[in-house]
Amino acid sequence: MAMVTINEERCKGCGLCVRICPKKIMQLSETKLNSKGYHPAEVTDMEACMACAACARTCPDVVIQVEK
Amino acid sequence: MAIVFKKTSVLTDTIMHYCPGCGHGIVHRLVAEALEELNLQDKAVGVAPVGCAVFAYRYFNVDMQEAAHGRAPAVATGIKRVLGPESCVFTYQGDGDLASIGAAEIVHAAHRGEKITVIFINNAIYGMTGGQMAPTTLVGQRTTTSPYGRDMEHCGSPIRMSEMLATIDGSAFIERVALNSTANIQRAKKAIRKAFETQMAGKGFSMVEVLSTCPTNWGKSAVESMDWLESSMIPYYPLGVKKEV
Repeated sequence: MAMVTINEERCKGCGLCVRICPKKIMQLSETKLNSKGYHPAEVTDMEACMACAACARTCPDVVIQVEK
Repeated sequence: MAIVFKKTSVLTDTIMHYCPGCGHGIVHRLVAEALEELNLQDKAVGVAPVGCAVFAYRYFNVDMQEAAHGRAPAVATGIKRVLGPESCVFTYQGDGDLASIGAAEIVHAAHRGEKITVIFINNAIYGMTGGQMAPTTLVGQRTTTSPYGRDMEHCGSPIRMSEMLATIDGSAFIERVALNSTANIQRAKKAIRKAFETQMAGKGFSMVEVLSTCPTNWGKSAVESMDWLESSMIPYYPLGVKKEV
């Protein structure tokens, strides 16, 4: 069981994690906005996550933490 | 649960001012992690450039110094010579800084074989000043000062700094890496580690050129920028080790 924690307040919604996720389970939130006005990234299906941490390694703002 | 990935303590908690999707943040993390893994945090002194990374001293949890535009290798030379071989001195420079106004400083720092590490961010454009053409801008690439695309007849062809510096005897390790995929990001980290190791072993000048993006000034989204880096920049700037002694 993997767990991806995204610091939504610091996310700038660039979408690089969405691009790089091999399981295609990342998306930019359609409902949430942070205080800077960005749509933060979110995981759509945590069950499918294999904790490869590709999202965390491509995140320019280092807002993703991955546990397994 | 075991932690697979966590932000390194060598980066401060300050929110970076970079635009969404800017490669600087990724490279900052790689440099910080390399310093942490090599246990160099207390021995490291970084030199920040002029350019978007001018505030790098806010983000690295190591001693930092700001230098005049392009002069980071000269400042780093002084710091390294004063602090001695135990210290780990690195500069962090963009392409407008290193390949243009700082071309003389970088060439002569390499020529003297200064035992410093240079992290060179090549995103083929001037970022902070508003997207002007840099020496590294690709032929045909539109910038604010080449609105019809870079014309080779008029401006020459983009400069390949890594290949150029690799011809100098004083350079000990030079590699070009990119940020477009997980594998390449991991290679970039390995190259940065290797560069620091080269410095600490006293072998000479080391540089890692990182092909990065500038979504804002390229006029592309962060995702499109990474794809453009892959399709346009890598063919002109081939990745790999250019020199290793």
